[in-house]
Amino acid sequence: MASLDDLKKRISSVKSTQKITKAMKMVAAAKLRRAQESAEKGRPYSDKMNNIILNLSNGISDIENAPKLLSGTGENKVHLCIVMTSDRGLCGGFNTNIIKKAKQYFQKVLDEGKTLKIITVGTKGYDQLKRLYGDNIIERISFKESKNVNYFDADKVGKIVIEKFEKKEFDVCTIFYNQFKNVITQIPQEQQIIPLNTSEKHENSLEDNYEFEPEEDEILSNLLPKNISTQIFKAMLENSASEQGSRMSAMDNATRNAGEMVDKLTIEYNRSRQAAITKELIEIISGAESL
Amino acid sequence: MSEEYSVEIVNPEKSFLSKDDVTEVVVPAFEGEIGILKDHISIISFLKPGIIKIYSKSGEDSFYVNDGIIEFKNNNLSILTSLILNLKDIEKEKISEIQKSAEEELNKSDINDQEKYLLDQKLEVLKSIN
Repeated sequence: MASLDDLKKRISSVKSTQKITKAMKMVAAAKLRRAQESAEKGRPYSDKMNNIILNLSNGISDIENAPKLLSGTGENKVHLCIVMTSDRGLCGGFNTNIIKKAKQYFQKVLDEGKTLKIITVGTKGYDQLKRLYGDNIIERISFKESKNVNYFDADKVGKIVIEKFEKKEFDVCTIFYNQFKNVITQIPQEQQIIPLNTSEKHENSLEDNYEFEPEEDEILSNLLPKNISTQIFKAMLENSASEQGSRMSAMDNATRNAGEMVDKLTIEYNRSRQAAITKELIEIISGAESL
Repeated sequence: MSEEYSVEIVNPEKSFLSKDDVTEVVVPAFEGEIGILKDHISIISFLKPGIIKIYSKSGEDSFYVNDGIIEFKNNNLSILTSLILNLKDIEKEKISEIQKSAEEELNKSDINDQEKYLLDQKLEVLKSIN
């Protein structure tokens, strides 16, 4: 049995860990509210953008000459995957879930004999992927310095993607992120952004004809790059809300586990203290008897 | 018959402004300014850097925008923009900041004519409000 001193030390160390996890939970809860708010506020923009693009692409009759961002390069050889993770740890299964989803996709791509390129956003994703797919990672981006998710960061990523696309470095681009459902559930998502998936065309028919200024294809070719940034931004917002949610529940669990551990250790401590006292008493009594 | 329609301005972070008593909006479209009144034909257009003016029953508002897309449909005007500033409470430093970065951009050698045109526009507008 561990000595009384050892037990005492362990109890106090578990208690201070518990304090940390408790504080982290509080911080995550506060940040979650803000992240959730901005995720909700960001939705109108991406929804509207999506709507306009769908309206526009429905109007395009000549698929052959449609912008490449919409119709694709016509090939399907090189896949670019953008894996969005967090920059900080201690957030439960948040990063692991995205990575797991991404790895499945990677395997599928590689099994089909296609080339795989990876861009990691967030340091944790890079850490987890560099061992297995180190050679495939072409770029790693981290926004550790920015305090909040902002559009300009997303725009930076978007510009990198578009630059690579124009250089014909890949054919298909997919992003991986966690969609925020609620505090306990985050769903890892894969979303293809190039070529744009217009199969989910909405029903509200285009009865009214739009007037375009400048021409349709010019608008579309200007709008599509913006849409890439917007989609990435949306993913970043969802991700940050998910990260905080995941961290909050992970820290909540940790706090509870630490509490249980303290209880157990305290009982053990009391028992061994009692045992020591009893032992001493027996010694005194038997010493007295022998006199 | 009322002459009002609704306008909504959204930027990536939030819904910036929403009004439903607007009588006229003037936007700096790519090929020149467009004034939009009620029952305008459905239109999609681009914005270049410039000033959006919104005339409503409750007064007149002006905003500076960097870029954007507008969609007008069924008497609903949506303006999507990545950067928008209200001219009423704009800070001088902020303008100078944008101005400076635009100037730097303009001095780069690898920009094409269209970009150059947009940047020139931007500087002109910024100078006029500063």
